[in-house]
Amino acid sequence: MNPPQKGDAMSEYMYLFRGGEIPVAQRSAENMQAHLQKWRDWIQALSQQGTFITGQPLQTGGQVVAGSAKVITDGPFAEGKEIVGGYLIVRAADLAEAVEMSKGCPIFEHGGSVEVRAIQPFPL
Amino acid sequence: MTDTDTVNQLVDHFFRHESGKLVSLLTRVFGLHHLDLVEDVVQSAMLQALETWKLQGVPRDPAGWMYRVARNKALDLVRRRHVADRLASEFVRYQAGSLDRQHAFDHLFLDREMQDSQLRMMFACCHPDLPAESQIALTLKILCGLSTLEIARALLTTEANIKKRIARAKRKFAAQEVRFEVPTGGALKRRLASVYAVLYLLFNEGYNSSHPSELIRRDLCEEAIRLCTLLLDHPMGTNPQTPALLALMLFHAARFDARFDTDGGILLLEEQDRSRWNTERIARAAFYLGASAAGETASRYHLEAGIAAHHALAPSFADTDWAAILRLYDWLIRMHPSPVYDLNRAIVVAQIAGPDAGIAAIEAATRLEALKHYHLLDATLGELHLRAGRPERARAHFRAAMKGTLSQAEQRLLARKLTDCDTVPATRTKEGHHAHGRGHAAGVSAGSHHHTTPARAGAQ
Repeated sequence: MNPPQKGDAMSEYMYLFRGGEIPVAQRSAENMQAHLQKWRDWIQALSQQGTFITGQPLQTGGQVVAGSAKVITDGPFAEGKEIVGGYLIVRAADLAEAVEMSKGCPIFEHGGSVEVRAIQPFPL
Repeated sequence: MTDTDTVNQLVDHFFRHESGKLVSLLTRVFGLHHLDLVEDVVQSAMLQALETWKLQGVPRDPAGWMYRVARNKALDLVRRRHVADRLASEFVRYQAGSLDRQHAFDHLFLDREMQDSQLRMMFACCHPDLPAESQIALTLKILCGLSTLEIARALLTTEANIKKRIARAKRKFAAQEVRFEVPTGGALKRRLASVYAVLYLLFNEGYNSSHPSELIRRDLCEEAIRLCTLLLDHPMGTNPQTPALLALMLFHAARFDARFDTDGGILLLEEQDRSRWNTERIARAAFYLGASAAGETASRYHLEAGIAAHHALAPSFADTDWAAILRLYDWLIRMHPSPVYDLNRAIVVAQIAGPDAGIAAIEAATRLEALKHYHLLDATLGELHLRAGRPERARAHFRAAMKGTLSQAEQRLLARKLTDCDTVPATRTKEGHHAHGRGHAAGVSAGSHHHTTPARAGAQ
Protein backbone atom coordinates (compact mmCIF):
# COMPACT_ATOMS: atom_id res chain seq x y z
CA MET A 1 0.00 0.00 0.00
CA ASN A 2 1.16 3.53 -0.73
CA PRO A 3 1.02 6.07 2.04
CA PRO A 4 -0.80 9.27 1.14
CA GLN A 5 1.66 11.79 -0.32
CA LYS A 6 1.52 15.47 0.41
CA GLY A 7 1.53 17.99 -2.41
CA ASP A 8 4.34 19.76 -4.24
CA ALA A 9 4.33 22.70 -1.87
CA MET A 10 6.21 20.49 0.57
CA SER A 11 9.93 20.72 1.23
CA GLU A 12 12.28 18.12 2.59
CA TYR A 13 13.89 18.39 5.98
CA MET A 14 16.64 16.43 7.63
CA TYR A 15 16.59 15.43 11.30
CA LEU A 16 20.09 14.95 12.72
CA PHE A 17 20.03 12.87 15.90
CA ARG A 18 22.54 13.36 18.68
CA GLY A 19 22.80 11.49 21.99
CA GLY A 20 19.72 9.98 23.61
CA GLU A 21 21.18 6.57 24.43
CA ILE A 22 19.50 4.68 27.27
CA PRO A 23 21.62 5.15 30.43
CA VAL A 24 23.64 2.07 31.39
CA ALA A 25 21.64 1.36 34.54
CA GLN A 26 18.40 1.26 32.53
CA ARG A 27 19.61 -1.03 29.75
CA SER A 28 17.49 -4.04 30.58
CA ALA A 29 16.27 -6.15 27.68
CA GLU A 30 12.71 -5.07 28.36
CA ASN A 31 13.55 -1.35 28.50
CA MET A 32 15.59 -1.55 25.31
CA GLN A 33 12.80 -3.30 23.45
CA ALA A 34 10.21 -0.84 24.75
CA HIS A 35 12.38 2.09 23.62
CA LEU A 36 12.88 0.50 20.19
CA GLN A 37 9.14 0.08 19.88
CA LYS A 38 8.62 3.80 20.56
CA TRP A 39 10.94 4.69 17.68
CA ARG A 40 9.15 2.27 15.37
CA ASP A 41 5.78 3.67 16.40
CA TRP A 42 6.93 7.23 15.80
CA ILE A 43 8.33 6.45 12.35
CA GLN A 44 5.25 4.40 11.53
CA ALA A 45 3.09 7.42 12.40
CA LEU A 46 5.21 9.65 10.12
CA SER A 47 4.84 7.09 7.32
CA GLN A 48 1.11 6.98 7.70
CA GLN A 49 0.97 10.76 7.38
CA GLY A 50 3.04 10.43 4.22
CA THR A 51 5.83 12.58 5.63
CA PHE A 52 8.55 9.97 6.15
CA ILE A 53 11.10 9.61 3.34
CA THR A 54 14.10 7.71 4.69
CA GLY A 55 16.36 7.24 7.68
CA GLN A 56 19.67 5.61 8.50
CA PRO A 57 21.75 5.08 11.64
CA LEU A 58 25.46 5.95 11.57
CA GLN A 59 28.09 3.74 13.14
CA THR A 60 30.27 5.24 15.80
CA GLY A 61 33.88 5.93 14.89
CA GLY A 62 34.99 6.83 11.37
CA GLN A 63 37.69 9.21 10.20
CA VAL A 64 38.00 12.89 9.40
CA VAL A 65 39.94 14.09 6.38
CA ALA A 66 40.93 17.76 6.60
CA GLY A 67 43.03 20.48 5.04
CA SER A 68 44.89 20.73 1.76
CA ALA A 69 47.30 18.14 3.19
CA LYS A 70 44.30 15.83 3.61
CA VAL A 71 45.27 14.94 7.14
CA ILE A 72 43.36 11.94 8.35
CA THR A 73 42.34 11.72 11.99
CA ASP A 74 40.36 9.00 13.75
CA GLY A 75 37.04 9.61 15.37
CA PRO A 76 35.41 10.04 17.73
CA PHE A 77 35.88 13.67 16.89
CA ALA A 78 33.58 15.17 19.46
CA GLU A 79 31.95 14.54 22.80
CA GLY A 80 29.53 11.59 22.81
CA LYS A 81 26.53 13.84 22.97
CA GLU A 82 27.69 15.81 19.95
CA ILE A 83 28.16 12.87 17.63
CA VAL A 84 25.48 12.47 15.00
CA GLY A 85 24.07 8.98 15.54
CA GLY A 86 21.69 8.91 12.62
CA TYR A 87 19.42 10.92 10.38
CA LEU A 88 15.91 10.93 9.02
CA ILE A 89 14.43 12.80 6.05
CA VAL A 90 10.84 14.00 6.18
CA ARG A 91 8.50 16.05 4.07
CA ALA A 92 6.89 19.13 5.66
CA ALA A 93 5.19 22.38 4.63
CA ASP A 94 7.75 24.53 6.39
CA LEU A 95 10.42 24.51 9.10
CA ALA A 96 7.87 25.14 11.85
CA GLU A 97 5.91 22.05 10.83
CA ALA A 98 9.07 19.94 10.59
CA VAL A 99 10.08 21.09 14.07
CA GLU A 100 6.64 20.31 15.43
CA MET A 101 6.76 16.81 13.94
CA SER A 102 10.13 16.13 15.55
CA LYS A 103 8.70 16.63 19.01
CA GLY A 104 7.25 13.12 19.01
CA CYS A 105 10.73 11.62 18.72
CA PRO A 106 11.63 9.27 21.61
CA ILE A 107 15.22 10.57 21.61
CA PHE A 108 14.15 13.27 24.09
CA GLU A 109 13.39 10.65 26.75
CA HIS A 110 17.08 10.19 27.41
CA GLY A 111 18.41 13.69 26.87
CA GLY A 112 19.11 13.51 23.15
CA SER A 113 18.57 16.28 20.60
CA VAL A 114 17.23 16.67 17.08
CA GLU A 115 18.68 19.27 14.73
CA VAL A 116 16.11 20.14 12.05
CA ARG A 117 17.53 21.42 8.75
CA ALA A 118 15.85 22.22 5.46
CA ILE A 119 17.39 20.39 2.51
CA GLN A 120 18.34 22.84 -0.23
CA PRO A 121 15.97 22.11 -3.11
CA PHE A 122 17.43 21.32 -6.53
CA PRO A 123 16.90 24.40 -8.74
CA LEU A 124 14.67 23.69 -11.74
CA MET B 1 15.13 -2.65 5.07
CA THR B 2 13.30 0.65 5.49
CA ASP B 3 10.01 -0.82 4.40
CA THR B 4 7.94 0.91 7.02
CA ASP B 5 4.73 -0.56 5.71
CA THR B 6 5.65 -3.80 7.38
CA VAL B 7 4.38 -4.13 10.88
CA ASN B 8 7.84 -3.68 12.34
CA GLN B 9 6.93 -5.14 15.64
CA LEU B 10 8.82 -7.72 17.61
CA VAL B 11 7.03 -10.36 19.57
CA ASP B 12 6.59 -9.58 23.26
CA HIS B 13 9.77 -9.99 25.28
CA PHE B 14 11.84 -10.76 22.15
CA PHE B 15 14.96 -9.07 23.58
CA ARG B 16 14.54 -10.79 26.91
CA HIS B 17 14.19 -14.24 25.47
CA GLU B 18 16.93 -13.78 22.88
CA SER B 19 19.24 -12.54 25.59
CA GLY B 20 18.66 -15.78 27.55
CA LYS B 21 19.35 -17.84 24.44
CA LEU B 22 22.47 -15.93 23.41
CA VAL B 23 23.98 -15.91 26.89
CA SER B 24 23.47 -19.68 27.07
CA LEU B 25 24.97 -20.21 23.62
CA LEU B 26 28.02 -18.03 24.23
CA THR B 27 28.61 -19.68 27.58
CA ARG B 28 29.21 -22.89 25.65
CA VAL B 29 32.09 -21.03 23.99
CA PHE B 30 33.53 -19.03 26.86
CA GLY B 31 32.62 -21.18 29.84
CA LEU B 32 30.62 -20.34 32.95
CA HIS B 33 33.66 -18.68 34.50
CA HIS B 34 33.36 -15.94 31.83
CA LEU B 35 29.67 -15.28 32.42
CA ASP B 36 30.18 -11.54 33.02
CA LEU B 37 32.01 -11.18 29.73
CA VAL B 38 29.31 -13.13 27.91
CA GLU B 39 26.59 -10.93 29.39
CA ASP B 40 28.47 -7.84 28.22
CA VAL B 41 28.71 -9.19 24.67
CA VAL B 42 24.99 -9.95 24.59
CA GLN B 43 24.03 -6.59 26.01
CA SER B 44 26.14 -4.78 23.47
CA ALA B 45 24.53 -6.84 20.68
CA MET B 46 21.09 -5.82 21.94
CA LEU B 47 22.19 -2.19 22.07
CA GLN B 48 23.41 -2.38 18.49
CA ALA B 49 20.10 -3.91 17.44
CA LEU B 50 18.26 -1.06 19.15
CA GLU B 51 20.40 1.64 17.55
CA THR B 52 20.15 0.11 14.06
CA TRP B 53 16.55 -1.04 14.04
CA LYS B 54 15.11 2.14 15.44
CA LEU B 55 15.86 3.92 12.14
CA GLN B 56 16.12 1.07 9.64
CA GLY B 57 13.34 -1.15 10.82
CA VAL B 58 13.40 -4.66 12.15
CA PRO B 59 15.05 -7.16 9.77
CA ARG B 60 13.17 -10.20 8.53
CA ASP B 61 15.09 -12.55 10.82
CA PRO B 62 15.79 -10.46 13.91
CA ALA B 63 17.07 -13.42 15.96
CA GLY B 64 19.57 -14.34 13.24
CA TRP B 65 20.65 -10.72 12.90
CA MET B 66 21.30 -10.41 16.62
CA TYR B 67 23.07 -13.74 16.70
CA ARG B 68 25.47 -12.67 13.93
CA VAL B 69 26.28 -9.43 15.72
CA ALA B 70 26.91 -11.27 19.00
CA ARG B 71 28.99 -13.89 17.21
CA ASN B 72 31.20 -11.28 15.55
CA LYS B 73 31.72 -9.46 18.81
CA ALA B 74 32.62 -12.77 20.43
CA LEU B 75 35.02 -13.67 17.60
CA ASP B 76 36.72 -10.32 18.12
CA LEU B 77 37.21 -11.24 21.75
CA VAL B 78 38.50 -14.70 20.89
CA ARG B 79 41.12 -13.20 18.57
CA ARG B 80 42.66 -11.51 21.56
CA ARG B 81 44.95 -14.21 22.84
CA HIS B 82 44.43 -13.72 26.53
CA VAL B 83 40.79 -14.64 26.18
CA ALA B 84 41.36 -17.39 23.64
CA ASP B 85 43.63 -19.17 26.08
CA ARG B 86 40.83 -19.46 28.55
CA LEU B 87 38.00 -20.57 26.27
CA ALA B 88 35.91 -23.46 27.46
CA SER B 89 38.00 -26.52 26.80
CA GLU B 90 35.03 -28.32 25.31
CA PHE B 91 34.62 -25.63 22.66
CA VAL B 92 38.32 -25.54 21.84
CA ARG B 93 38.31 -29.29 21.23
CA TYR B 94 35.17 -29.01 19.20
CA GLN B 95 36.39 -26.13 17.11
CA ALA B 96 39.71 -27.84 16.39
CA GLY B 97 37.77 -30.53 14.55
CA SER B 98 35.64 -28.17 12.50
CA LEU B 99 36.59 -25.83 9.67
CA ASP B 100 36.97 -22.66 11.64
CA ARG B 101 35.75 -20.79 14.63
CA GLN B 102 32.88 -19.14 12.83
CA HIS B 103 31.64 -22.51 11.69
CA ALA B 104 31.91 -23.81 15.22
CA PHE B 105 29.88 -20.84 16.48
CA ASP B 106 27.25 -21.27 13.80
CA HIS B 107 26.84 -24.90 14.65
CA LEU B 108 25.83 -23.88 18.17
CA PHE B 109 23.13 -21.67 16.70
CA LEU B 110 21.24 -24.67 15.34
CA ASP B 111 17.91 -25.16 17.10
CA ARG B 112 18.90 -28.40 18.71
CA GLU B 113 22.18 -27.03 20.11
CA MET B 114 20.47 -23.82 21.18
CA GLN B 115 17.98 -25.81 23.20
CA ASP B 116 20.79 -27.85 24.68
CA SER B 117 22.66 -24.68 25.69
CA GLN B 118 19.62 -23.29 27.44
CA LEU B 119 19.09 -26.51 29.30
CA ARG B 120 22.71 -26.55 30.44
CA MET B 121 22.19 -23.00 31.67
CA MET B 122 19.04 -24.03 33.50
CA PHE B 123 20.91 -26.85 35.21
CA ALA B 124 23.78 -24.51 36.09
CA CYS B 125 21.49 -21.82 37.55
CA CYS B 126 19.64 -24.43 39.60
CA HIS B 127 22.78 -26.17 40.79
CA PRO B 128 22.10 -27.60 44.25
CA ASP B 129 25.36 -26.15 45.59
CA LEU B 130 24.01 -22.64 45.04
CA PRO B 131 21.88 -21.10 47.78
CA ALA B 132 18.16 -21.43 46.93
CA GLU B 133 17.68 -17.67 46.79
CA SER B 134 20.56 -17.35 44.35
CA GLN B 135 19.09 -20.02 42.09
CA ILE B 136 15.87 -18.17 41.43
CA ALA B 137 17.54 -14.76 41.01
CA LEU B 138 20.10 -16.22 38.63
CA THR B 139 17.47 -18.01 36.55
CA LEU B 140 15.56 -14.76 36.15
CA LYS B 141 18.72 -12.83 35.29
CA ILE B 142 20.34 -15.22 32.85
CA LEU B 143 17.58 -17.28 31.28
CA CYS B 144 14.74 -14.78 31.45
CA GLY B 145 16.85 -11.69 30.73
CA LEU B 146 15.54 -9.63 33.64
CA SER B 147 17.67 -6.83 35.10
CA THR B 148 18.58 -6.87 38.79
CA LEU B 149 16.13 -4.04 39.40
CA GLU B 150 13.33 -5.96 37.70
CA ILE B 151 14.14 -9.07 39.72
CA ALA B 152 14.15 -7.06 42.93
CA ARG B 153 10.69 -5.74 42.09
CA ALA B 154 9.45 -9.20 41.22
CA LEU B 155 10.79 -10.81 44.38
CA LEU B 156 9.87 -7.86 46.60
CA THR B 157 13.37 -7.16 47.82
CA THR B 158 16.11 -4.60 47.21
CA GLU B 159 18.33 -4.45 44.16
CA ALA B 160 21.41 -4.62 46.40
CA ASN B 161 20.10 -7.87 47.80
CA ILE B 162 19.61 -9.37 44.34
CA LYS B 163 23.08 -8.27 43.27
CA LYS B 164 24.50 -9.99 46.33
CA ARG B 165 22.65 -13.23 45.55
CA ILE B 166 23.84 -13.21 41.96
CA ALA B 167 27.41 -12.33 42.89
CA ARG B 168 27.49 -15.26 45.31
CA ALA B 169 26.53 -17.65 42.52
CA LYS B 170 28.95 -16.11 40.05
CA ARG B 171 31.83 -16.55 42.47
CA LYS B 172 31.16 -20.28 42.36
CA PHE B 173 31.06 -20.13 38.59
CA ALA B 174 34.29 -18.14 38.44
CA ALA B 175 35.99 -20.70 40.64
CA GLN B 176 34.85 -23.29 38.09
CA GLU B 177 32.96 -25.22 40.77
CA VAL B 178 29.95 -25.73 38.51
CA ARG B 179 30.24 -27.54 35.20
CA PHE B 180 28.27 -26.29 32.23
CA GLU B 181 26.69 -29.55 31.22
CA VAL B 182 23.57 -31.64 31.41
CA PRO B 183 24.34 -34.25 34.06
CA THR B 184 23.61 -37.92 33.44
CA GLY B 185 22.44 -40.89 35.49
CA GLY B 186 21.59 -40.35 39.14
CA ALA B 187 23.02 -36.84 39.07
CA LEU B 188 20.49 -35.89 36.38
CA LYS B 189 17.61 -37.00 38.58
CA ARG B 190 18.83 -34.98 41.55
CA ARG B 191 19.47 -31.94 39.38
CA LEU B 192 16.04 -32.19 37.79
CA ALA B 193 14.50 -32.12 41.27
CA SER B 194 16.35 -28.88 41.90
CA VAL B 195 15.20 -27.40 38.55
CA TYR B 196 11.58 -28.36 39.31
CA ALA B 197 11.79 -26.69 42.70
CA VAL B 198 13.05 -23.43 41.15
CA LEU B 199 10.42 -23.40 38.39
CA TYR B 200 7.71 -24.18 40.92
CA LEU B 201 8.84 -21.34 43.16
CA LEU B 202 9.10 -19.00 40.21
CA PHE B 203 5.53 -19.79 39.24
CA ASN B 204 4.29 -19.39 42.81
CA GLU B 205 6.03 -16.04 43.18
CA GLY B 206 3.94 -14.94 40.25
CA TYR B 207 0.70 -16.63 41.17
CA ASN B 208 0.78 -15.48 44.77
CA SER B 209 -1.77 -12.72 44.98
CA SER B 210 0.19 -10.72 47.57
CA HIS B 211 2.30 -9.00 44.95
CA PRO B 212 1.32 -5.38 44.31
CA SER B 213 1.85 -5.54 40.55
CA GLU B 214 -0.32 -7.75 38.38
CA LEU B 215 1.95 -7.35 35.36
CA ILE B 216 5.11 -8.62 37.03
CA ARG B 217 3.27 -11.56 38.50
CA ARG B 218 1.98 -12.66 35.12
CA ASP B 219 5.46 -12.38 33.64
CA LEU B 220 6.91 -14.68 36.28
CA CYS B 221 4.23 -17.28 35.62
CA GLU B 222 4.72 -17.11 31.87
CA GLU B 223 8.49 -17.47 32.28
CA ALA B 224 8.07 -20.52 34.51
CA ILE B 225 5.76 -22.07 31.90
CA ARG B 226 8.19 -21.26 29.10
CA LEU B 227 11.18 -22.80 30.88
CA CYS B 228 9.17 -25.86 31.87
CA THR B 229 8.12 -26.31 28.22
CA LEU B 230 11.77 -26.05 27.20
CA LEU B 231 12.57 -28.82 29.65
CA LEU B 232 9.71 -30.94 28.36
CA ASP B 233 10.89 -30.64 24.77
CA HIS B 234 14.37 -31.92 25.58
CA PRO B 235 15.13 -35.65 25.86
CA MET B 236 16.84 -34.98 29.20
CA GLY B 237 13.60 -33.65 30.61
CA THR B 238 11.90 -36.97 29.96
CA ASN B 239 10.62 -37.59 33.42
CA PRO B 240 6.92 -37.88 34.38
CA GLN B 241 7.37 -34.97 36.78
CA THR B 242 8.03 -32.53 33.93
CA PRO B 243 4.56 -32.78 32.32
CA ALA B 244 3.01 -32.94 35.81
CA LEU B 245 4.61 -29.63 36.77
CA LEU B 246 3.65 -28.06 33.46
CA ALA B 247 0.05 -29.28 33.86
CA LEU B 248 -0.05 -27.79 37.34
CA MET B 249 1.11 -24.41 36.05
CA LEU B 250 -1.26 -24.39 33.09
CA PHE B 251 -4.33 -25.31 35.15
CA HIS B 252 -3.65 -22.34 37.41
CA ALA B 253 -2.60 -19.95 34.68
CA ALA B 254 -5.86 -20.73 32.85
CA ARG B 255 -7.68 -18.85 35.59
CA PHE B 256 -5.54 -15.72 35.45
CA ASP B 257 -8.03 -13.45 33.70
CA ALA B 258 -10.98 -14.58 35.78
CA ARG B 259 -9.34 -13.89 39.13
CA PHE B 260 -9.96 -10.15 38.98
CA ASP B 261 -12.95 -7.95 38.27
CA THR B 262 -12.74 -4.96 35.93
CA ASP B 263 -11.49 -2.75 38.77
CA GLY B 264 -8.70 -5.14 39.67
CA GLY B 265 -10.57 -6.51 42.69
CA ILE B 266 -9.96 -10.15 43.61
CA LEU B 267 -12.71 -12.57 42.69
CA LEU B 268 -12.83 -15.68 44.84
CA LEU B 269 -12.97 -19.06 43.20
CA GLU B 270 -16.73 -19.33 43.68
CA GLU B 271 -17.28 -15.82 42.30
CA GLN B 272 -15.27 -16.36 39.14
CA ASP B 273 -16.94 -16.45 35.76
CA ARG B 274 -15.84 -19.86 34.54
CA SER B 275 -16.46 -18.88 30.94
CA ARG B 276 -13.45 -16.58 31.31
CA TRP B 277 -11.15 -19.46 32.12
CA ASN B 278 -8.78 -20.21 29.28
CA THR B 279 -10.12 -23.47 27.87
CA GLU B 280 -7.17 -23.91 25.52
CA ARG B 281 -4.83 -23.89 28.50
CA ILE B 282 -7.04 -26.23 30.48
CA ALA B 283 -7.06 -28.65 27.54
CA ARG B 284 -3.27 -28.50 27.28
CA ALA B 285 -2.96 -29.00 31.03
CA ALA B 286 -5.24 -32.03 30.90
CA PHE B 287 -3.15 -33.43 28.06
CA TYR B 288 0.10 -33.06 30.02
CA LEU B 289 -1.48 -34.45 33.17
CA GLY B 290 -2.40 -37.51 31.11
CA ALA B 291 1.13 -37.69 29.75
CA SER B 292 2.53 -37.51 33.28
CA ALA B 293 0.72 -40.66 34.34
CA ALA B 294 3.75 -42.82 33.62
CA GLY B 295 6.22 -44.44 35.93
CA GLU B 296 5.79 -45.90 39.37
CA THR B 297 5.40 -42.93 41.67
CA ALA B 298 3.25 -39.85 41.90
CA SER B 299 5.17 -36.72 42.84
CA ARG B 300 3.80 -33.73 44.70
CA TYR B 301 3.50 -32.05 41.31
CA HIS B 302 1.23 -34.86 40.14
CA LEU B 303 -0.97 -34.51 43.20
CA GLU B 304 -1.13 -30.73 43.03
CA ALA B 305 -1.92 -30.91 39.32
CA GLY B 306 -4.66 -33.41 40.16
CA ILE B 307 -6.18 -31.00 42.66
CA ALA B 308 -5.93 -28.13 40.18
CA ALA B 309 -7.56 -30.35 37.54
CA HIS B 310 -10.58 -31.02 39.77
CA HIS B 311 -11.10 -27.28 40.12
CA ALA B 312 -10.49 -26.44 36.48
CA LEU B 313 -12.71 -29.20 35.14
CA ALA B 314 -15.62 -28.82 37.60
CA PRO B 315 -18.70 -27.41 35.84
CA SER B 316 -19.40 -25.12 38.79
CA PHE B 317 -18.16 -24.36 42.28
CA ALA B 318 -21.02 -26.33 43.85
CA ASP B 319 -20.36 -29.32 41.60
CA THR B 320 -16.69 -29.58 42.58
CA ASP B 321 -15.66 -33.02 43.78
CA TRP B 322 -14.49 -31.90 47.22
CA ALA B 323 -14.17 -35.45 48.53
CA ALA B 324 -11.71 -36.34 45.77
CA ILE B 325 -9.75 -33.14 46.46
CA LEU B 326 -9.60 -33.99 50.15
CA ARG B 327 -8.19 -37.44 49.36
CA LEU B 328 -5.48 -35.85 47.20
CA TYR B 329 -4.59 -33.44 50.02
CA ASP B 330 -4.34 -36.30 52.49
CA TRP B 331 -1.99 -38.10 50.14
CA LEU B 332 0.01 -34.94 49.51
CA ILE B 333 0.41 -34.22 53.22
CA ARG B 334 1.60 -37.77 53.91
CA MET B 335 4.19 -37.38 51.19
CA HIS B 336 5.18 -33.80 51.78
CA PRO B 337 4.07 -32.37 55.14
CA SER B 338 3.62 -28.62 54.91
CA PRO B 339 1.60 -26.10 56.90
CA VAL B 340 0.35 -24.50 53.69
CA TYR B 341 -1.09 -27.82 52.54
CA ASP B 342 -2.66 -28.20 56.02
CA LEU B 343 -4.37 -24.85 55.61
CA ASN B 344 -5.68 -25.66 52.15
CA ARG B 345 -6.89 -29.05 53.36
CA ALA B 346 -8.82 -27.35 56.18
CA ILE B 347 -10.57 -25.16 53.61
CA VAL B 348 -11.67 -28.30 51.77
CA VAL B 349 -12.86 -29.87 55.04
CA ALA B 350 -14.99 -26.76 55.64
CA GLN B 351 -16.42 -27.20 52.16
CA ILE B 352 -17.51 -30.73 52.95
CA ALA B 353 -18.43 -30.60 56.65
CA GLY B 354 -19.05 -26.92 57.38
CA PRO B 355 -17.03 -24.02 58.80
CA ASP B 356 -16.63 -25.39 62.32
CA ALA B 357 -15.13 -28.59 60.98
CA GLY B 358 -12.71 -26.43 58.98
CA ILE B 359 -11.74 -24.45 62.09
CA ALA B 360 -11.27 -27.71 63.99
CA ALA B 361 -8.99 -28.98 61.21
CA ILE B 362 -6.91 -25.82 61.48
CA GLU B 363 -6.66 -26.17 65.24
CA ALA B 364 -5.68 -29.83 64.92
CA ALA B 365 -2.86 -29.08 62.49
CA THR B 366 0.03 -28.32 64.85
CA ARG B 367 2.28 -27.42 61.95
CA LEU B 368 0.08 -24.38 61.38
CA GLU B 369 1.81 -22.76 64.35
CA ALA B 370 4.51 -21.98 61.83
CA LEU B 371 2.03 -19.86 59.86
CA LYS B 372 0.95 -17.75 62.83
CA HIS B 373 1.71 -14.53 60.96
CA TYR B 374 0.65 -15.71 57.53
CA HIS B 375 -2.16 -13.43 56.40
CA LEU B 376 -3.98 -16.16 54.52
CA LEU B 377 -4.34 -18.15 57.75
CA ASP B 378 -6.11 -15.20 59.37
CA ALA B 379 -8.13 -14.56 56.24
CA THR B 380 -9.29 -18.18 56.20
CA LEU B 381 -10.17 -18.19 59.90
CA GLY B 382 -12.06 -14.94 59.38
CA GLU B 383 -14.04 -16.43 56.53
CA LEU B 384 -14.87 -19.60 58.48
CA HIS B 385 -16.00 -17.67 61.58
CA LEU B 386 -18.06 -15.40 59.36
CA ARG B 387 -19.78 -18.38 57.79
CA ALA B 388 -20.34 -19.89 61.23
CA GLY B 389 -22.19 -16.71 62.23
CA ARG B 390 -19.54 -15.23 64.53
CA PRO B 391 -18.88 -11.81 62.95
CA GLU B 392 -16.94 -10.51 65.99
CA ARG B 393 -14.26 -13.19 65.77
CA ALA B 394 -14.27 -12.99 62.00
CA ARG B 395 -13.61 -9.25 62.15
CA ALA B 396 -10.57 -9.70 64.40
CA HIS B 397 -9.06 -12.20 61.98
CA PHE B 398 -9.75 -10.09 58.89
CA ARG B 399 -8.10 -7.09 60.58
CA ALA B 400 -5.05 -9.19 61.44
CA ALA B 401 -4.90 -10.42 57.84
CA MET B 402 -5.00 -6.83 56.56
CA LYS B 403 -1.87 -6.05 58.51
CA GLY B 404 -0.09 -8.94 56.82
CA THR B 405 -0.42 -8.03 53.16
CA LEU B 406 0.98 -5.31 50.91
CA SER B 407 -1.35 -6.10 48.07
CA GLN B 408 -4.01 -3.46 47.48
CA ALA B 409 -6.26 -6.03 45.87
CA GLU B 410 -6.08 -8.21 48.96
CA GLN B 411 -6.67 -5.19 51.18
CA ARG B 412 -9.80 -4.39 49.26
CA LEU B 413 -11.06 -7.94 49.43
CA LEU B 414 -10.51 -7.99 53.19
CA ALA B 415 -12.28 -4.64 53.54
CA ARG B 416 -15.18 -6.15 51.61
CA LYS B 417 -15.16 -9.08 54.04
CA LEU B 418 -15.22 -6.68 57.00
CA THR B 419 -18.36 -5.09 55.57
CA ASP B 420 -19.84 -8.56 55.29
CA CYS B 421 -19.21 -8.95 59.02
CA ASP B 422 -21.47 -5.97 59.68
CA THR B 423 -24.32 -7.35 57.62
CA VAL B 424 -24.07 -10.97 58.59
CA PRO B 425 -26.92 -11.17 61.14
CA ALA B 426 -29.27 -9.41 58.71
CA THR B 427 -28.52 -11.59 55.70
CA ARG B 428 -28.10 -14.89 57.47
CA THR B 429 -31.49 -16.23 56.59
CA LYS B 430 -31.57 -14.88 53.07
CA GLU B 431 -30.36 -16.65 50.02
CA GLY B 432 -27.69 -14.53 48.45
CA HIS B 433 -24.12 -13.60 48.04
CA HIS B 434 -23.23 -13.66 51.70
CA ALA B 435 -25.25 -16.68 52.63
CA HIS B 436 -23.24 -19.49 54.03
CA GLY B 437 -23.56 -23.19 53.94
CA ARG B 438 -22.77 -25.78 51.33
CA GLY B 439 -21.08 -24.62 48.23
CA HIS B 440 -19.82 -21.37 49.61
CA ALA B 441 -16.54 -19.63 49.16
CA ALA B 442 -13.36 -21.31 50.13
CA GLY B 443 -12.07 -18.28 51.97
CA VAL B 444 -9.97 -15.34 51.00
CA SER B 445 -7.18 -17.64 49.98
CA ALA B 446 -9.32 -18.90 47.14
CA GLY B 447 -7.59 -16.34 44.94
CA SER B 448 -4.55 -18.53 45.18
CA HIS B 449 -6.66 -21.40 46.39
CA HIS B 450 -4.90 -24.72 46.72
CA HIS B 451 -1.81 -23.09 45.55
CA THR B 452 0.96 -23.21 47.97
CA THR B 453 4.33 -21.80 48.63
CA PRO B 454 5.87 -24.47 50.82
CA ALA B 455 9.37 -23.06 50.72
CA ARG B 456 8.13 -19.74 51.96
CA ALA B 457 5.97 -21.35 54.61
CA GLY B 458 8.73 -23.72 55.58
CA ALA B 459 11.01 -20.77 56.21
CA GLN B 460 8.80 -19.45 58.96
